[in-house]
Amino acid sequence: MSTEGATDVRAIARRIRGKLVELSHSANTPHLGSSLSCVDILVALYWGVLRIDSPLDENRDRFILSKGHAATTLYAVLGERGLLPIELLDSYAKPGSPLAEHPIRGSAPGIEVTSGSLGHGLSLGVGMAMAGRIKGLSYRVVVVLSDGECNEGSVWEAALMAAAQKLDNLMVIIDYNKWQATGRSEDVMAIQPMVEKWASFGWSSSNIDGHDVPRLMETLAKLPDGTGKPVAIVANTVKGKGVSFMEDDNNWHYRIPNAEEVQKAKQELDLT
Amino acid sequence: MRNAFASEITAQAAVDERIVLLAGDIGNRLFDEYKDKCPGRFFNCGVAEANMMSVAAGMATCGLKPVTYTIVPFLTTRCLEQIRVDVCYQNLPVVIVGVGGGLSYASLNATHHSCEDIAFLRMLPNMTVICPGDPVEVRLAWREAIQMDGPTYIRLGKKGEPTIHAETPRFTIGKAIVVREGTSVCLLGTGNALPIALEAADLLEAKGISTSVASFHTVKPLDTELLTTAFKNFAVVATVEEHSVLGGLGGSIAEWVTEQDPQKARLIRFGTPDSFMYVGGEQNFAREHFGLTAGNISSKIETSYRQTVPGRAPGEAGS
Repeated sequence: MSTEGATDVRAIARRIRGKLVELSHSANTPHLGSSLSCVDILVALYWGVLRIDSPLDENRDRFILSKGHAATTLYAVLGERGLLPIELLDSYAKPGSPLAEHPIRGSAPGIEVTSGSLGHGLSLGVGMAMAGRIKGLSYRVVVVLSDGECNEGSVWEAALMAAAQKLDNLMVIIDYNKWQATGRSEDVMAIQPMVEKWASFGWSSSNIDGHDVPRLMETLAKLPDGTGKPVAIVANTVKGKGVSFMEDDNNWHYRIPNAEEVQKAKQELDLT
Repeated sequence: MRNAFASEITAQAAVDERIVLLAGDIGNRLFDEYKDKCPGRFFNCGVAEANMMSVAAGMATCGLKPVTYTIVPFLTTRCLEQIRVDVCYQNLPVVIVGVGGGLSYASLNATHHSCEDIAFLRMLPNMTVICPGDPVEVRLAWREAIQMDGPTYIRLGKKGEPTIHAETPRFTIGKAIVVREGTSVCLLGTGNALPIALEAADLLEAKGISTSVASFHTVKPLDTELLTTAFKNFAVVATVEEHSVLGGLGGSIAEWVTEQDPQKARLIRFGTPDSFMYVGGEQNFAREHFGLTAGNISSKIETSYRQTVPGRAPGEAGS
């Protein structure tokens, strides 16, 4: 990617982060830290990887935000990408809005599945990847999980099946921000070593800096990656990334910024 | 019932390429012919039912018609959340076919019993619940279910259930089938308990109580038309199911009755009680253990009927 292109995607990511902070404040909804941590992953996917310009095309790539509590990131990305009307985005979490605090399938273009209960998305993705095989289509399926979500046993059932079926059209990206709702993810459950775990489950597994958008674009675009295996990318991220006073502070799993904090955050993001 | 299902899905999947069969490490030989005729559309999903159910939902979002198959408790209560969220909330056409309903696998202990599945699944919005009463109904129910746009649960017995329908009846989801006419008592049997209801009807007839029997194959949605007529015309309406009296067909009809004007008929529910079985024994033993026998059902109904319609001596013809 050119330096100019890289600057562009970074600016996009900053605008999206600003939107997330605003939405959390205006709609009075939590999970801001979790939403900020996966912004760069989704920007890389939506600006450099996914073929999703025709939401009704049977052969479009499928994206699943399995960590549904980061719904605002998906909504804001779809809005910025021009796939979701801005008026709809601004209705987020208001009474009667199709955009709830977790995504509902079919509520807006580009919302492929309902999520919110953790540990479902990878299995749904396995089903979609298998359907692609059965129907002879070339689309790819990308699933974003949180590290806390990997507590769920169903994630590992899906991991076993994807490897057995050699689903090289399937990629999982773990937003590894090292926190879950109430503690360090490595303390709550023995989650490490993450890369080795996925490799031992039969996946083509690697680490990446989850905030380096140009590198993410380059890496995530390699699907299938030539190994014949499903691909697991452990994206090392920082919860609350982009706003200094939220970074790696787990209070922002539930805390909602006040007006002053919104201003401060936007200043840091060069959005004022 | 099991073999009837295997032969039907094989016939239909051979001509409809959207049908995909997902099995939970069971039914290997049973589906040999299916696998021959539909290569690439059978998947052994291993002993991982939660994943299997969501995989089916994922396939359904892509225009396929997935069918999940394993033993009832593992296919229903084990992965209830996957059914609720991925299949029902997303309202996807997944057909969930459970084998070994009720006490079919009684001897394997209560881990393999399923006397709560109807209750759990009928509680889920968008779900249709069908319990075919014999192998003929299995075939007919399957043909209807695979055409549905939303989730369907088909609860099978095992193998070797008697054929009730000598001729192919008209089968519509949500419409019970009258299999025996009568005027005083109406028995509503569902699933593999239909033969028990018929046997109980024989015993009641022998005591002079004219008894009607319907195969109430669809527990959700209820056939309210038949229920309205039955509660108006009969002295006793009784449900017979190999399922807990809580929340199954009987529970469902009890809920319905409370919303109606006062009815002529009294409702009696026959099923398993609110308890597990802690001893070994085959299906017939388990039915006796829980009092789910034609003898017990007919004698309780007779007592109730005599109270409801006083002045009728035993042996006197029913109304």
